[in-house]
Amino acid sequence: MAETGRLTGAGSPAPLVNPVTLLRVAIILGVLAVWELLAHSGWLYRDVVPSLVAIGRALLGLLSSADYYFNLGVTAGEIGVALAIGGLSGVAIGLLLGANRFLSKAYEPYLYYLGPTPKIIFFPVMIMWFGVGVESKIALGALSCFFPVVLSVAAGMRAIDKVLIRVGKSFRADPWQMAMKIYLPAMRHPVINGVRLGLGFALIGTLLAETKLSNKGIGFLIIQAYSIFDMPRMYAMLIVLFVLAIGANALVGRLGGLDNIKRT
Amino acid sequence: MTAASAKRSGLGALAPAAVGFASLVAFFVAVEILIRYGVLNRFIVPPPSEIIGSFYRIITEEHVFNRFLLTAGECLVAGVMLTVFGVIGGILMHRFKLLQQACETWVAALASAPFVLMYPLFLVIFGRNAWTIIMMGFVSALPPVILKTIEGLSGTRKVLVNVGKSFNLSTTQQFWKILFPAALPTIFVGIRLGLIFALINIVGTEFLINFGGLGQLIEDLAERYDLAGTYAAICFVILVSVLFFIALEKAERWLRPAG
Repeated sequence: MAETGRLTGAGSPAPLVNPVTLLRVAIILGVLAVWELLAHSGWLYRDVVPSLVAIGRALLGLLSSADYYFNLGVTAGEIGVALAIGGLSGVAIGLLLGANRFLSKAYEPYLYYLGPTPKIIFFPVMIMWFGVGVESKIALGALSCFFPVVLSVAAGMRAIDKVLIRVGKSFRADPWQMAMKIYLPAMRHPVINGVRLGLGFALIGTLLAETKLSNKGIGFLIIQAYSIFDMPRMYAMLIVLFVLAIGANALVGRLGGLDNIKRT
Repeated sequence: MTAASAKRSGLGALAPAAVGFASLVAFFVAVEILIRYGVLNRFIVPPPSEIIGSFYRIITEEHVFNRFLLTAGECLVAGVMLTVFGVIGGILMHRFKLLQQACETWVAALASAPFVLMYPLFLVIFGRNAWTIIMMGFVSALPPVILKTIEGLSGTRKVLVNVGKSFNLSTTQQFWKILFPAALPTIFVGIRLGLIFALINIVGTEFLINFGGLGQLIEDLAERYDLAGTYAAICFVILVSVLFFIALEKAERWLRPAG
């Protein structure tokens, strides 16, 4: 088999450029060309589609501005705290629901149906409870993050191999040891997946809250650019934000994937 | 199993649900008592009895039914658009493998992108009207429909495809008689996910831009500092969302055996 493969391989040399890469480059160039054409066509209101040069300049300006990094730090801090609060409480309650069938049947349906509701509608309540500062943004981020984590952890806990649990019990492990030595290591994958989802939701919740009412953070900068109609800057900020969000998501996913490889 | 033990097990199955509901009621009663005794500030958390009382008010005075229809209409338009474009996109990517190889990872990456943050951009492009809301719902919900359509078509059992080939079906016949019916349940899962994303983003955008149906109602009442009304409106939106998800789940279960 290996011999045949080698002979076939020698008969048809691999193309110089991978066709998939070629198509990707063509799509990117096509989109950029259409964008530039739209920017110069005058078919849309001026600056709704700014030229790529203007966006590039705004991107450079943004990345070299200390003010931007300060606001990025504020948002990152809010998201970090929201993830810690929502994620840790999600893991704790998820473990409780996953370990107890009765509690799961009693309370999980409420979490399951509340999970996909739009969390931003709770923002007026968060403002009343926590004020207009960073606390209300953190609270909304934590609330958004809590649901995917709790549901993922509870489902992951129920999927643990019963043999592992019996091993823990036969060693007379106490509840804390069971959680740290059996449950959490056995369900790393669902926990990381839950945290990955939670991170995305915390990011959206926090940033939306910032766009609604705040005086610092990336959400505030975006809505400020909108209100003064600085479109290149707004596009630049959205590009950076999308890259950061997709990158963070991929990073957590990669961690989850690596864990899975090590386990199997 | 005797009739008595069957009855006991039936009651046993209901016990967790009863405990869940009872805890919820107990929580609201506790909040009511704490507010009445001044432990909780009634200007921050209104008494649950006031919230229940303001349901009638928001239904009659705030035209909640018309707002519901407006939001439902936006969801419907976004839903039709994402079904048409998402399914066609998925079919095209499945048909042209090179396109799928080039773009599937992009679509998967976009599925985790925070599209809702683009609402200021959509406001500039479409203006402060229903189209901004519809397009926000549409764009953010498109990736799962495309991905699930590809998954459904690619997951068609080999034996079914071979049956089609043995009947000498043309590519079009193969698609309509074999691939598409086999992929339909998975495609519907994608549409269900898409509709959930669309609803979340539509209500969220209505709230953020203070325009449209149910989302705007919450923003309106909060700006008037009508606390009980705001809480009641939030409860109403949650209720509508939950009923929407249950209806979608039922529709999916109904469709699954047919696949």
